[in-house]
Amino acid sequence: MSNTNTKDTSSLLTIKDLHASVEEKNILKGLNLDVKPGEVHAIMGPNGAGKSTMGYVLSGREGYSVEQGSALLDGVDILELEAEERARAGLFLAFQYPVEIPGVSNLEFLKASVDAQREARGEGAVSSADFLKLAKAACKQVNLPLAFLKRGVNEGFSGGEKKRNEIMQMLLLQPKVCILDETDSGLDIDALQVVAEGVNSQRSSDRSFVVVTHYQRLLDYIKPDFVHVLADGKIVKSGDASLALELEAQGYAWLQPSDEEGQNA
Amino acid sequence: MTDQIDKALEREYEAGFVSDVESDTFEPGLDENVIRRISTMKNEPEWMLEARLKAFKVWQEMEEPDWAHVDYEKIDFQAISYFSAPKSMKDKPKSLDEVDPELIRTYEKLGIPLIEQQMLAGVAVDAVFDSVSVVTTFREKLSEAGVIFCPISEAIQNHPELVKKYLGSVVPTKDNYYAALNCAVFTDGSFVYIPKGTRCPMELSTYFRINEQNTGQFERTLIIADEGSHVSYLEGCTAPQRDENQLHAAVVELVALDDAEIKYSTVQNWYPGDENGKGGIYNFVTKRGICHTNAKISWTQVETGSAVTWKYPSCVLKGDNSVGEFYSVALTRGAQQADTGTKMIHLGKNTKSTIISKGISAGRSNNSYRGLVRMNPGADGARNFTQCDSLLIGDQCGAHTFPYVESRNPSAIVEHEATTSKVSDDQMFLCQQRGLDPEKAVSMIVNGFCKEVFKELPMEFAVEAGKLLEISLEGSVG
Repeated sequence: MSNTNTKDTSSLLTIKDLHASVEEKNILKGLNLDVKPGEVHAIMGPNGAGKSTMGYVLSGREGYSVEQGSALLDGVDILELEAEERARAGLFLAFQYPVEIPGVSNLEFLKASVDAQREARGEGAVSSADFLKLAKAACKQVNLPLAFLKRGVNEGFSGGEKKRNEIMQMLLLQPKVCILDETDSGLDIDALQVVAEGVNSQRSSDRSFVVVTHYQRLLDYIKPDFVHVLADGKIVKSGDASLALELEAQGYAWLQPSDEEGQNA
Repeated sequence: MTDQIDKALEREYEAGFVSDVESDTFEPGLDENVIRRISTMKNEPEWMLEARLKAFKVWQEMEEPDWAHVDYEKIDFQAISYFSAPKSMKDKPKSLDEVDPELIRTYEKLGIPLIEQQMLAGVAVDAVFDSVSVVTTFREKLSEAGVIFCPISEAIQNHPELVKKYLGSVVPTKDNYYAALNCAVFTDGSFVYIPKGTRCPMELSTYFRINEQNTGQFERTLIIADEGSHVSYLEGCTAPQRDENQLHAAVVELVALDDAEIKYSTVQNWYPGDENGKGGIYNFVTKRGICHTNAKISWTQVETGSAVTWKYPSCVLKGDNSVGEFYSVALTRGAQQADTGTKMIHLGKNTKSTIISKGISAGRSNNSYRGLVRMNPGADGARNFTQCDSLLIGDQCGAHTFPYVESRNPSAIVEHEATTSKVSDDQMFLCQQRGLDPEKAVSMIVNGFCKEVFKELPMEFAVEAGKLLEISLEGSVG
């Protein structure tokens, strides 16, 4: 894979012993993950394992509290930052269920987001004309009609259109680390390909992906460097792409510690 | 999340400064003598004084209404001063050069330059300061088109035939308590006459400023669009930040004769009082227009200020095929209270009305929509469409909808849609995850919610209204 040749071997995302809870319920129980620049990591695992929680905790959603551990994004401890500061530091989360913002046009939303991030980096705002060009290109790349730029954010979009819209946002924001939270759920094969192509086009030696998915199917299109199984709040097994095939064939049960083993562990 | 939104809602009121202007102000109190003095100050003809005194008698016999969903301490009408004017206005400045520079600076500070060269091209302004009009711009240019745009106090002297014919023709003296009071004590406001078949060459606007303490402002505006004419008019309003409540009781009358069209827009930003409801303007306003055959009146209002708002810009659709529209954004926060909406009275055949109301409540505020749609027996084929949307921010505010529908014609069609939604955590998080701070996120979501109304505002003011909401919702205004 491309990352093996990169000179910079320091990690883009390092999660160490992360414990986090929601409404006083422990969900993450010692999560470790090390993502180097250019790598694609797939996170798989049964329902309720903490996959979505991981994305929310890392991106700073209200209501998720970190009990222990650390998370560094390109060397910066992000757990103390506000959600918008983490985004500006280069963290992007593609939502499993993208929400609608009626009346706010996609274009307006995208421009405001890009401007806010550029401003935080001390860069000037992009001119409206230039931004429109970029947005049109991104819109075409995810195979959405240009009219979608004028429509309200996700307003009346189909499930597949919403997911493509997420990828369009990613294309414009150019983050360092992208977490895709079950972006493949509810997608037909065509939309899945569009999403995967969007991601693949962004793979580079200085950007990394954490792809959360239930199904091996997505990984046919986005080839991961590593596959991890998240169960009961921590990574229980890691391997290469072949692990996903194994999981597809055998399910997760064989990986989960039985109650007795769990107690012994 | 609620904390973040609360923080996003804290704001300073930018227009809250006091201008250092020496004023002649009446002692507080109201009796016949005060009314005679107002009339004398305004150099009024006898018939106007008589109308005022008659209105005063009517008012004294009326009772303050209490049906609105607002709660405030009873007003002591004897504690209010009914006239205040800058001393420098006594000599009636002939041109802008003679106007006290402090007054001009006041409007500049509010973003309303009165020097014609600096103004937005194509917008004429009448600047009303407490009880007098300071200056009305572009009058000569307008008069070339036959358009009369002047303070109403001047119209009473110079155009008595028009004033006598139309003043009180849409809102009669007895209409309601505050209208009757206004008829007795009104001081200034704008007068507009657009001649037959004329499209007014500029946007007209009036900017109301309350400055003096303990004074009430009693605005009176009359707009007459003669047959086949067209005018777009806009008003703005601000007041200093004070601990005492001040009263603004206005009457606005619009007359759209056959085939005429009046577009009336308001950006209301009176001082809203502090977080705990101390101070702020009581905005008790009667606005109504009458549409003759094929005429159209469109009200658009963006209400962000005032401690208490009581306001129902309405249309009497008298002529066949006439059209009435009401587009409203009302934002309340802190301890603000608003009871606002419209009345659409369908009298003529095939009359049409559209009501789009967007209420946004935040903090501990209460925001009510109150609207009446009446289809009279003669209103064959009349139609109304009403859409009332409420947006709640936080969990301590209230949104209320009081729609009244009276249909006495079986062929009339009335539609009403209403929704209530919240600024959701999901929306806030999406915005923040893309790099937007919570203030920007809230204002963007709220602006999106109001889009249908903002698009009805004249271009320059749509931008201004958006900014006003942003300021209203901003955490710290630099």
